[in-house]
Order: sequence, then C-alpha cells, then structure tokens
Amino acid sequence: MDFILAPWPWYFSGPLIALILFLFFYYGKNFGISTNLETMCTMAGAGKVSDYFKKDWKERDWALVMIIGLIIGGFIASNFLSASKTINLNTDTIEDLTNLGFENVGTTYMPNELFSLENIVTFKGFSILLIAGFLIGFGTRYAGGCTSGHAITGLSSLQVPSLVAVIGFFIGGLIMTWILFPLIF
Amino acid sequence: MKNLKFLLVGILFGIVLTKSEAISWYRIYEMFKFQAFHMYGIIGSAVGISMVFMLLFKRGIIKDYLGNQIHIKEKKKGFIRTLVGGIIFGLGWSLAGACPAPIFTLIGNGFLGIIVVLLGAIIGAFIYGLLSKKLPN
Repeated sequence: MDFILAPWPWYFSGPLIALILFLFFYYGKNFGISTNLETMCTMAGAGKVSDYFKKDWKERDWALVMIIGLIIGGFIASNFLSASKTINLNTDTIEDLTNLGFENVGTTYMPNELFSLENIVTFKGFSILLIAGFLIGFGTRYAGGCTSGHAITGLSSLQVPSLVAVIGFFIGGLIMTWILFPLIF
Repeated sequence: MKNLKFLLVGILFGIVLTKSEAISWYRIYEMFKFQAFHMYGIIGSAVGISMVFMLLFKRGIIKDYLGNQIHIKEKKKGFIRTLVGGIIFGLGWSLAGACPAPIFTLIGNGFLGIIVVLLGAIIGAFIYGLLSKKLPN
C-alpha cells in the first residue's frame, strides 16, 4: 500500500500508459485525446457555423465517457491514493522558479501563481490560462494530435509526421520555458 | 452499457496521470529545462513498450476484442501543419503545464483554474476548424 500511496516512478507509470494504449486499440479505438476538443465544439453547435464541425458526435460518445473517466480517475487518485502531494523536484528547478518569483515551489501539483482562484479572477491571470488553452486547442488540431496521439501512438507506430510534430512540441516548449517565461513572470 | 469499458480505461488513465505526477505543471517545466529524467522516462518507456504492441497489431498477432485486425490510423501528412501546429501546441503545453488528457484529470484533482484552459482549448479548436481550409498544409 505504501507503494500505491507514494508517487509512482516513471518505470511503473510509462508501462501503464502503454497498457492504456493497448486497451484503446484492443477495444477498437485509436489512442488520442485532443480530437475530443472538436467533438465538444460540435456538441456546442459549431456545425451551424462551419462544415468542419458537421459530424455526428454520437459516434464519439465512447470518447466523452472516457473523458468523464479521466476526471473521476483524477478525483480518486487525489482523494484516496495520495499520501502527499509534494513534488520531489530538482533543486535547480526550485531555484529557477524562485528566481522567477514563484513561491512554495512543488508543494502542490500546480503553482498558485497560475491556478489559484485569486489569480484567475485577475485580467492577467485569466488571460494567461485562456491563451495557453487556445494554443493547446489550435495547435493540436493543426498538428493533428497531442502527446497521446502523436508522441505515444505516432512515434510508437513509426510515423514520420509524429516525429515532426514532437520536434515542434519541443521547439514551442523550449521557446516558452527559456525565452518567454522570464518576460511573462 | 457498451461504453462502461471506456469509463474504466479513462479512470485508470486519470489515476496513472495523477500518480505519475505527469499532470503537474512543475514536471513539465522541469522537462523543458532538462533538469529531470522523470517525464522522459514516462514517455520513453510508454513509446518503447507501445512499439511492441504496434508490431503485434500490424502483424495480426493481437486482434481486437471482436477478433478483427487492429488498424492504426495514419497521421495526416503535411510538413508545415505538423511542425507549426506542433510548435503552437508546445507553447501552450509548457505555459499551462498540461496537455489535453491532464486538463481533464486536473479538474478531478480539484484545480478549477484549469477550466479556463479547457475553455481556451475548445475556442482554439473552434478557430482552427473555421480556418482549416485556409491554412497551409
């Protein structure tokens, strides 16, 4: 039980993600999450504005059920399977973030500087999260997949577009982390 | 209910994402700073083991639960769309510290601020849909 309650090491978690990919394919579906963002647009009536969204979302009802599972899984793990939520970060990481003005680095999963309720009601705080989300939604659909669809499914099935996409993920991530963070925070 | 199995797969995925700390903003930051092996280990081992599964699927050694051949969808071709789309996604991933699956799992973890990210992501997917025919491939 101690093993379950402690953070899971990469060599336990990575293979479990491969098992989840296996279950998707075994049950006749491809592994990927970001297509659901389009499905949600369709459900909200986006088909009236653009033919791109004129699809039958009921064909993807299984994926929406899976999304509900993702939320429930987070709730279960957070409330019943975690002894502590402190992240054991590299001291260099803590120092770098402290220099950017972050406090209590790693004591929660998400920094209060971005995700606390006091922060998201400010114009800057709300804008940062909304823009970050916009980049995620637009980028994954343009690229044709996210971490699950490209980095895991695409790379493991040796697809060239996925390698290009993952290189792109890293270019974007490095620009943000190394160049833009000092300007934003 | 035919979708119950997907609910269970989703729950398992949510638990793994939480317990591995892959949903943590700090883990993503640390990854892009090259200051820890953790995320590379998770993604790398997932890809490595999945490669074996993919090979078994393609050769027909493992079939789906109905006994049918498993097909792996081919990704859309197009160098510009994958690279530029990838860069845009990378900017958002590192800023929010979450990719699409963790966005949902973080809601279950009680981080309600992530709903703003989800809202932005749905708007982003919508704007992409409107522009999809005009964007270079």
